[in-house]
Amino acid sequence: MYDIIIIGAGITGSFIAHDLSKKKCSVLVIDRDADVGNGATMANSAIVHAGYDPKPGTLKAKLNVRGNRMYPDICRELGVTYKNCSAFVVATDSEESEVLDRLAGQAADRNIEYKDLDGNAARDLEPNLSGAVIRALEFPTTGIIYPWNVAIALMEEAVINGTELRLNEEVTDIDCVSQSNSDAFYRVKTTAGSYEGRYVINAAGVYADKVYSMALKKESDFKITPRRGEYYVLDEMAKPVVSRVIYPVPGPNGKGVLVVPTIHNNVLLGPNSLPIEDKEANCNTSEALSYVKSAVSKTVENIPFDKVIRVFAGLRPSGDAGDFVIKESDELKGFVNVACIESPGLASAPAISEYVINEVMKEAFSFADKEEYIRRKPIVYMNELGDEAKNEMIKQNPAYGDIVCRCCQVSRGEIEDAINRPVGATTVKGVKKRVGPGLGRCQGGFCEPLVVDILAKELGKDKAEIRYDSPKSVILMEETKKGAL
Amino acid sequence: MNSRKIVIIGGGSAGIAAAIAAYNNGCDDILLLEKDAELGGILLQCIHNGFGLHRFGEELAGPAYAEKWKDMLKDLPVEVKTDTTVIHLDSDRNVTYVNPAEGYVTVKAGAVIMALGCRERSRGAIATPGYRPSGVWTAGTAQKYLNMQGYLVGKRVFILGSGDIGLIMARRMVLEGAKVLGVAEIMPYSNGLPRNMKQCLDDFDIPLYLSHTVTDIRGKDRLNGITISRVDESLNPIKGTEIDFDVDTLLLSVGLIPDTALLSEAGALLHPKTKGAKVDEHMMTSVPGIFACGNGLHVHDLVDFVSMEGEEAGAAAAKYVKGEFIPKKGYELMPGDGVSYVLPCVVSPDIMEDELEIKLRVKDNRRNVRLVLREGDKTIKEVRKLKTAPSEMEKVVVKKAELAAISGPMTLAVEDMG
Repeated sequence: MYDIIIIGAGITGSFIAHDLSKKKCSVLVIDRDADVGNGATMANSAIVHAGYDPKPGTLKAKLNVRGNRMYPDICRELGVTYKNCSAFVVATDSEESEVLDRLAGQAADRNIEYKDLDGNAARDLEPNLSGAVIRALEFPTTGIIYPWNVAIALMEEAVINGTELRLNEEVTDIDCVSQSNSDAFYRVKTTAGSYEGRYVINAAGVYADKVYSMALKKESDFKITPRRGEYYVLDEMAKPVVSRVIYPVPGPNGKGVLVVPTIHNNVLLGPNSLPIEDKEANCNTSEALSYVKSAVSKTVENIPFDKVIRVFAGLRPSGDAGDFVIKESDELKGFVNVACIESPGLASAPAISEYVINEVMKEAFSFADKEEYIRRKPIVYMNELGDEAKNEMIKQNPAYGDIVCRCCQVSRGEIEDAINRPVGATTVKGVKKRVGPGLGRCQGGFCEPLVVDILAKELGKDKAEIRYDSPKSVILMEETKKGAL
Repeated sequence: MNSRKIVIIGGGSAGIAAAIAAYNNGCDDILLLEKDAELGGILLQCIHNGFGLHRFGEELAGPAYAEKWKDMLKDLPVEVKTDTTVIHLDSDRNVTYVNPAEGYVTVKAGAVIMALGCRERSRGAIATPGYRPSGVWTAGTAQKYLNMQGYLVGKRVFILGSGDIGLIMARRMVLEGAKVLGVAEIMPYSNGLPRNMKQCLDDFDIPLYLSHTVTDIRGKDRLNGITISRVDESLNPIKGTEIDFDVDTLLLSVGLIPDTALLSEAGALLHPKTKGAKVDEHMMTSVPGIFACGNGLHVHDLVDFVSMEGEEAGAAAAKYVKGEFIPKKGYELMPGDGVSYVLPCVVSPDIMEDELEIKLRVKDNRRNVRLVLREGDKTIKEVRKLKTAPSEMEKVVVKKAELAAISGPMTLAVEDMG
């Protein structure tokens, strides 16, 4: 019997697991995917929004503002990169400028730092801003992260401190077992086993309504209709087209189509926002991609579309209530929904965890703190070290001098570390998420066969057993008659 | 800091040839850097025949062609470092490389020859809609899995793009027992060499869909199907022309792009069409002392020409470090009507060698044409051609004497023979 079972190892589930791992309680995390942070966490704008945008009085507003303030310290403690890149929300006419007035008012109410700039002042700072921009609000506390790296680091630290993690297991049913009212617990059945827990935290992303229905044995009282967002990724450049996040004024469908720098000087363009019934339909469409192209051209000029290296699509877990649903079920005691975590879910995630543990479940989760808490050993990224430190690493382990991914300059040493550390990579995508080979301009064309080779060696498997991502995502079908030449 | 007269980055066909030519032209201090464990570059995975006809007068497989060059190199006093990746290059020709034995090392070079080869355009670069399952690779990646590691990536295969690697992989997959259901090419003509069209597709009854592209990719985990559609004249898919294929593998052969990350870092000007560096008559980039050649400069059809261009760059770099020519601002050479690009981009007739080989690609398939080099209205040189095709690089050779009177920019155009 676990104290708490968390369903979903996305950014929300990972934060909650991490924060609970500091307390004296037993926690099991279950996810249907092959890796931590593989759903909405993997495919979003990767921004820690400042928090000026959500409607006053909502959980979104409260938790976004708080989350934005928590992130820099948390990332420092975890040893993952947080880049405080700042952002512009830009207006191109007087109507849009009125929206900026409202955002400025909300920012002031929430003590969020901002500057009001006219078009030319904004263009002085961001020379590729469209000539049509007449005014911009700058929000300097806006940050960017690699969301999956944060989720993985959180889960790694949780596992080091006793959390159990089961991947590739899909929840198929949940029963509330009531021996006596005070002793009720949940039995969570999965495709691989059955687990018992006194509390269940439902952080199942786009499937949170389905998971709740399983326990409730009837329709969930919230419904999640994913909203698909599609993106382009531009190649890393010495001087990306923008250095700040550029937002248009927000509209009824959200924050609009953005131009977003990433930590490694790539640029994301997107997303659109299209409601979709199929919770699996994270595919790209030519219609949405051309919409994104035309929309970003309204705020930013000189976008180098010939530098596109990838397109992707993500599904936002959008609920029908318009706000996050974070509460203990009225009907099932001990069953906590952390659902409808659409934007600004990523920015709010640390505050969501804090809210769940310290407010929603304050009494139930009042476990004592562990006497000893072990911090993770951060991944050493060679690109982030000075010359002397690089050579010291290579002296200790020559594999750090063997470059596998030429686009992102990732060494074999970093890849082996990504595989062998707690919550290590078991797949090609897992390696890519942790240390980056394949994220660059060749998209794995050169390095994928080398990564497959390293995975097979480190995991003691045949190369044909290595997967791209899920157990069904076969890479190599069979050995040829002749074998390797 | 270490210093070397010539540092060559890339030990494939261009780099090896450049090293040999640099030595033969009097440079005795050459460092050749190769990222892989052995020299040879992409040739090592090209186990099919067809290399060497122009340079050696015989048809060789890729590894055998590489072996010939490695043999020529092996007794020369050229220092070769394998398993060595170049990380930085600046405009003062400081080259920073890394390998497991030495760690990070910076070398100051008298001249640098960029021979980095090219990469394949990926699915992301062409923004193909659909899902992102395993089972979609560039043809070269599938070739590496098959020829270097001995594994077949799939059983039912479709190929997008009629580039040569795609055609060669079509035949190779069939010979390994896979079924190749077709090749789609977005252009109304094939992009591969005629001999590959014949020997890789026709001989195996593999259908070619011209003016078609892939418009959907299906499968959440492993690819299970694709859709192709006919495209209109602006290359946009036409609704209602979809054809579905149940395949587990989609290979892409949709273009090659010179690897220019280091050149950009060094501040070299890039060519908008070739995506490689802009070079002068000595294969020198806009950064003095940095030369470029091979598929890292512009993508070639035949490795023989890559080697020959490497030799040109090697010879020029050797002369540069000996001070035998001082680079100067030359006259521009620009593509005229019907020509997609010309190399070199600038020519200084007074310091050029006795002959200059101008390389170009035409925009479309034509018959009975002439390639005309002009300064303004004045014709400098004219070469007749029975046919030209975008898939075949053309050359025009001009003599130093023919350019002696030049005083302004030149153009090279393709014109019908009236």
